[in-house]
Amino acid sequence: MTGKDDDFADIRAAFDAASPRPDPDRKAADLALARKNFDALQGSRDQERSNPARPASGLWRGARKMLTTLKTRGALTATTAIAACGLFLLTPAGQDMLRPLADPGALTEATAGRTEEAQSFDAPQPPAPVMMEPAPLAAPAERSRAVADMEVANGIARSMPQANEGLGIVPAFDDRVMVPEPNTEAFANEAPSGLLITAEAPVSTFSIDVDTASYALVRQMINAGSLPPPDAVRIEEMINYFPYDLPAPDVTDAPFLPSVSVYETPWNPDTRLVHIGIQGTLPDLAGRPPLNLVFLIDTSGSMNDPAKLPLLKQSFRLMLDELRPEDEVAIVEYAGSAGLVLPATRAADRTAILAAIDGLGAGGATNGQGGLEQAYDVADAMAEAGEVSRVILATDGDFNVGLSGIAELERFIADRRETGTFLSVLGFGRGNLDDATMQALAQNGNGTAAYIDTLSEAQKVLVDQLTGTLFTIASDVKVQVEFNPAAVAEYRLIGYETRALRREDFNNDRVDAGDLGAGHSVTALYEITPVGSPARLTDSLRYGPDEQAVDAADELGFLRLRWKAPGEEASQLIETLIPTETGLAGQEALFATAIAGFGQLLRDPSWLGDWGWDDAIALAADNRGDDPFGYRNEALRLMRIAQSLSSR
Amino acid sequence: MRMLVTDEDLARAAANGDGDAFSQLLERQYDRLFALCFRLTGTRADAEDLCQDICAALPAKLSRFDGRARVTTWLYRVAVNAAHDRRRKIAVHGKYAEGWGDWETARQASIAEEADRRDWLTGAMARLGDDLRDTLALVLDDLTHAEAGDILGVSEGTISWRLSEARKKLRAMREEELSE
Repeated sequence: MTGKDDDFADIRAAFDAASPRPDPDRKAADLALARKNFDALQGSRDQERSNPARPASGLWRGARKMLTTLKTRGALTATTAIAACGLFLLTPAGQDMLRPLADPGALTEATAGRTEEAQSFDAPQPPAPVMMEPAPLAAPAERSRAVADMEVANGIARSMPQANEGLGIVPAFDDRVMVPEPNTEAFANEAPSGLLITAEAPVSTFSIDVDTASYALVRQMINAGSLPPPDAVRIEEMINYFPYDLPAPDVTDAPFLPSVSVYETPWNPDTRLVHIGIQGTLPDLAGRPPLNLVFLIDTSGSMNDPAKLPLLKQSFRLMLDELRPEDEVAIVEYAGSAGLVLPATRAADRTAILAAIDGLGAGGATNGQGGLEQAYDVADAMAEAGEVSRVILATDGDFNVGLSGIAELERFIADRRETGTFLSVLGFGRGNLDDATMQALAQNGNGTAAYIDTLSEAQKVLVDQLTGTLFTIASDVKVQVEFNPAAVAEYRLIGYETRALRREDFNNDRVDAGDLGAGHSVTALYEITPVGSPARLTDSLRYGPDEQAVDAADELGFLRLRWKAPGEEASQLIETLIPTETGLAGQEALFATAIAGFGQLLRDPSWLGDWGWDDAIALAADNRGDDPFGYRNEALRLMRIAQSLSSR
Repeated sequence: MRMLVTDEDLARAAANGDGDAFSQLLERQYDRLFALCFRLTGTRADAEDLCQDICAALPAKLSRFDGRARVTTWLYRVAVNAAHDRRRKIAVHGKYAEGWGDWETARQASIAEEADRRDWLTGAMARLGDDLRDTLALVLDDLTHAEAGDILGVSEGTISWRLSEARKKLRAMREEELSE
């Protein structure tokens, strides 16, 4: 024990004084119970060896194997729920309650094909595959993943009394399942958007999303030879990773221009895609206001990896070249404690800034919140009228919010958002990247999240698109589409699951939404089923409401956009009609569609029918355009790798 | 003869079906395990229940002791997970007011009452919250930060940070008491 732990002397002494000695009777009873269970388990093991095809143990085994391969934090939560069920089963009431539920038919069905695993009960487990096996009680494709997880949980809970009958105990918790794997990545996502019926829910509302972190993560995983877990795929972030050549607004108008086109869905001739593009203006760069940048850099021990701190240093060197002499830079390092490494320094003083960047070292623990507080304080001190302040947080995501938790951190960031300081989150490295925390920080801090895996990605985010990354031209941009039930029977928003807003939030200026950077574009795609189309999945109501505010058979829907000028409180409204005519899609829309197909193939291909990798690759290849930075060619390469990975 | 046998040897023998080795291993570890259960739960009754849960389930987990980790690391991981499960179960059954939580409520009501050392401890642990308390419970058992991190499934850095948080909170409590 080190001297530092003298701080715990009081509590240690208190514990020593307070700790009761175990009661000898209870101790003897516990030891006897343990021995009894031990012997019972030996007995049942022998039994299982002699009767290897016992179906119930096969299910339990297979289900457990599946559980140990789950990677995401959400999945771990699900397994803890299962463990809680297991504990409940220990009680006589739990046993009684569950026994009648055990449905032999379901068990037999679920265990078909698992007999082999039961036979190899004692064989060493092969290394866990990255992808999850299909759930034994596979849910129909249109059901959400959460429902499927629940059914798995039920399946296991049901099988347990059978699997362990005569054993006396149920393995209530499984340390292999419970302990998070060294890989503690967590992904933020919601269940894929489902089909909505226009007559029931004509209005769809969401916030724009200009993050690109999901695409970079997907790329990193595919390049490493594995398909990403479905929850790591946020389709809108994949689509919006790419720059699109959409019609740009006139300088005098609103800072962005919405465009709408309707065209045939490549994967379903009986539905249509509605492509909504928002192109931000690129303001006069010569007249841009001075920037105050506070780099908040994670130098905890986990950053000591070639893909983390060294890449971060190189990235910031690249970015430094893009700054103007009058811009100011400050650096706060956070590890065990936060420290100001470089006080506000004009970008002209390159030597001092480069020396400070080079001096950053990895070591110590992460204390994200302390660092954030200090970074925002520094940014506040630097801010002068007419200047733009931004905190740039660079972390591998091992962001210890500790006791306060993510909710408190979100509140903190949301409070500081009011001061007008923006936040960008740059994720580095893999292994414990906390995508969920990064998303929460960026979405609550008027900011963006990007994942930097290579120097070329740093080039894209911090050099090629620096202006958009650093200058916001429209804040809290919300999109609302009202579909005309006379023209659209059903619709489905592709992606944007984590960005959904309530209908009433659209007009509520206090509800936060995504910000649009200078020159950035945002694309959203709806797949719609026109009235009368054979692709319609639901029947119309016999007694449906037959009243309409306007007689508008030639209107597909109505697009409303709300946005605020940066720093302003009140929002402005832009409205556009969506016509019914199906047109020919342009190259930009088709490339976005190909990427939407790519994302759906990775996440949930149930809407795509027979349309597969070959079609997605062909569509992307035909619509690459000039591709001056090579992003689209790179996507094509990734799709080819993903195709071969998925056919394995 | 078994006096010279290490815990790890016993665990391996037990995993191969040696019941005596299993009993002896648990006998050796029981008191330390019980003390940990007390630190994790805060009341004698809860510690006894938790300890019983662990003993009952331990045989089923033994097959997964891989022989590379230390027995204490493995055992403590089982204990911490069992404690988490218990907390969850208690929360589910709406009885979260037991143990530390209950005590904290009472503390708020009779804040002016004299506080002996035992109460100070209970209050301190209640105020630390689950994560810091679990961390402290392990580190007070002279585990290294790396071992504690291994058991809780977090990085060593996280343990160090949690301890510095715990330190801060305990210091703040002490100052509050002094100023009262």
